[in-house]
Amino acid sequence: MIPVRLAYAALSLLVVSILVFVATQALPGDAAVAKLGKNATPEALESFRNLYHLNESMPAQYIHWLGNILQGELGNSLATGGSVSTLISQHVVNSLVLLLFTGIISIPIAIAIGIFTAIRRGRASDHVTSITLLVVTALPEFVLGVALIVLLATSIFHLFPAVSPLDPSRSVFSQLELTVLPTLTLVLLVLPYIARTVRACMVEALDSEYVSMARLKGMPERRVVLRHALPNIAGPTFQVIAQSLAFLAGGIVVVEAVFQYPGIGEAFVSAVQSRDLPVIQALALLLAAFYVIVNLFADVGTVAMTPTLRKGAR
Amino acid sequence: MSATVPKPAASTYAIEVQDLRVDLPRRNLNVVKDVSFRLRPGEILGLIGESGSGKTTVASALLGYVRKGGEITGGSVVIDGVDVLSLDERKQRTYRGGVISYVPQDPGGSLNPVMRIGAQLDETLAYHGVGKKDERAARIGEILDEVKLPGDADFLHRCPHELSGGQQQRIAIAMAFLCRPRVVVLDEPTTGLDVTTQAYVLQMVRTLCREHKTAGVYASHDLAVVADIADEIAVMYFGRLVEFGPARAIMSGAGHPYSRGLVRVIPDPSRRRPLEAIRGRVPSLDERGEGCVFADRCDFVEARCRAAEIEPVQVGADHVVRCLRVEAVRGTSARAPVEEVTAEAGGATATGYLNVRELVASYDGHDVLHGIDLAVPKGLVTALVGESGSGKTTLARCIAGLHEEARGDIEVAGERLKFGSHRRTVDQRKAIQYIFQNATEALNPRRTVGHAIAQPLRVLENGKGERSLDERVVALLDEVSLNPYLAGRYPSQLSGGERQRVTIARALATGPSVLICDEITSALDVSVQAAILMLLKRLRAESDLTLLFVTHNLAVVRAIADRVAVLNEGRIVEEGPVEQVLDSPRDPYTRQLLHDTPALVNS
Repeated sequence: MIPVRLAYAALSLLVVSILVFVATQALPGDAAVAKLGKNATPEALESFRNLYHLNESMPAQYIHWLGNILQGELGNSLATGGSVSTLISQHVVNSLVLLLFTGIISIPIAIAIGIFTAIRRGRASDHVTSITLLVVTALPEFVLGVALIVLLATSIFHLFPAVSPLDPSRSVFSQLELTVLPTLTLVLLVLPYIARTVRACMVEALDSEYVSMARLKGMPERRVVLRHALPNIAGPTFQVIAQSLAFLAGGIVVVEAVFQYPGIGEAFVSAVQSRDLPVIQALALLLAAFYVIVNLFADVGTVAMTPTLRKGAR
Repeated sequence: MSATVPKPAASTYAIEVQDLRVDLPRRNLNVVKDVSFRLRPGEILGLIGESGSGKTTVASALLGYVRKGGEITGGSVVIDGVDVLSLDERKQRTYRGGVISYVPQDPGGSLNPVMRIGAQLDETLAYHGVGKKDERAARIGEILDEVKLPGDADFLHRCPHELSGGQQQRIAIAMAFLCRPRVVVLDEPTTGLDVTTQAYVLQMVRTLCREHKTAGVYASHDLAVVADIADEIAVMYFGRLVEFGPARAIMSGAGHPYSRGLVRVIPDPSRRRPLEAIRGRVPSLDERGEGCVFADRCDFVEARCRAAEIEPVQVGADHVVRCLRVEAVRGTSARAPVEEVTAEAGGATATGYLNVRELVASYDGHDVLHGIDLAVPKGLVTALVGESGSGKTTLARCIAGLHEEARGDIEVAGERLKFGSHRRTVDQRKAIQYIFQNATEALNPRRTVGHAIAQPLRVLENGKGERSLDERVVALLDEVSLNPYLAGRYPSQLSGGERQRVTIARALATGPSVLICDEITSALDVSVQAAILMLLKRLRAESDLTLLFVTHNLAVVRAIADRVAVLNEGRIVEEGPVEQVLDSPRDPYTRQLLHDTPALVNS
């Protein structure tokens, strides 16, 4: 079961690498001209192209490129000439910190809200929570970000800085106050989605016959919810968390732009502007790998929590 | 809640129910009213009624539990001198599962799919005060032994989906008896099991109740099911207990017209009797009229019946009936007369209209049918009988072209048919139609009844015909005794019996010569089953249909079939005219099936 899924994951990544490579090749313009300027001599351009294998056929370039990546060699930036890995590693860490905080905060709260509203289904507290969540879901990420800035940084309260340009010379952990607003925005982005899904699954579980049976066996309501209903919604909950994290990897680009936070989103935008192919390719592959790995974890988790799927049956 | 004076603990009754009432307060509707009965330790009460009679509501209300929206608004349930309904929620929980326990209708859905069997049994004991782990393990081992299941660690480590339906039901029963309760409530626990497993489970319930001195309340729609195990019978209709009395008295001389109806709809495996149904259907809750709740379906109704609520009439020791005309009712015969069999059943060996020769069918390489030879004569009803897994449905599916992993010969009217309906000609497909067991799943919930019935006409005739589709749909609805206005309804707006009539109408649309009915009455109440069987009989007589009727119930075979083929483990073990096979079965398997088939005693 798990080896098969691993194989699928590897295959997905291979396909993604081809797509990334082809897509970046299709970008208009010429990297050599972009780097050396319009006035560069044909000889200089030619030697630049030779240096970076830009003259070889597409499949040959791809195999060359993939071989390097598999050896952990992401190449050198066309813009700065520096190693891609050192160039993006700080950005990646910064973004991961945001994702991590977002996950730690949003997942438990979302599950708790989902369970609470499911138990209180049809009552005022359920309606108020559901409508609030729905309104938050409807707001695009930049509106949420700007709203938080207005509320907590500029016009009403002045609790946190409005922009978050990290000082690159210090670790992100020594400047945590700068991560508060971006994290909060991301939390508001995914929390309603997870909470609504958990609520829907929980409502279904609480209506099930095995929950009635547990009550008729004299089980206390607390045990009915936590021990009988909750394990049954683990599968879909893993799935929605994985989807949310994967969605965050995209949402983070916009949020980082709003707060000028130096994460992968910012790195992506500047790399595209300077046509820095190795950086674009590395970041795109990284995001794709993140998607695949998160989904892989969700699948394995779902299988582990669902007896009917275990033991290779069906 | 009515105030109840606490009685001394040493009551002679295990459970005393007085004036139980359940309402739907938000819709201002009454569900159950005036339900009173009592049971001694070790006795079993059969709680009988059709779907919608309120028997499931009463069953769970005995544990102080009602489904969302409902509320117990009156009455008392006294166990061991304590009125369970007067207790607060926390105290009630200590009674639920411990002193009074519940066996659900569908164990597959009622056992928690992600919890191991052992854990589900253990938590029940743990929450009802058996403290020590090894003591609980010993008790679980004991009870599993009593329900004839292995108690080893490997078995306890399984999840519910790794058990068969019969095993799941035995786990649910073990769970109910685990805490040695005073009362066990069983809500149709054998619906969905085949007759052999059902007979086994019934016997087990009987033994457990006797040995543990536990009173049992057994809810069912089928009097024949409880005939063997019940001491008392309570008949419910529309939320009222219309009759209560000793089981024998009710089966031989029921006093309420509804109880009479429920007795007369039961097919008799030992003799052929004309089929009878109860006319009309259980009305919905907001259609309650004045007076007797059964008046609209009653053949004995008089003006005074509709004047006021009917008070119970005593007709014997512990036998009460809520009917003003009980004398007149008891003056008629309890069962339909035995029918003389005159029909020609094709003789010992039949010439077939539909012939199957050397049919071998398999699933993923595993053979499930081993060389079937069967001749189905034209214009007669041939029954295919056997337990789950006997291959009867596979045989039917091969003939219908729904199963392709097979070899051998199938021919209809001398024309050889290929396996797989998509390989057959349009005329061949029109000639054989299939009706499925579960009408709810066989109908698209988002399409109207009319659309469903017209579908085969659209596909197989391109909608062409002398008459318009609408006209033909109306005619087909009429043929299965449904009101034509139902064409615009959706399946969810219909009752179970009506839905099955719709699937029959759909099967009739293409004018088939062979109709295959796969367990089409096994999910229905017996009263509805009787009406469907009557419909099939009429259709066969009117249009010379050849019917292949798949069932596990030999009583149904006796009621409808001319010939019967008994299947066991993929082979036909016995075949012939119904009277011959059922009156003097030669194969031991047929005898076993006949023995397990529910029937009324004294019949």
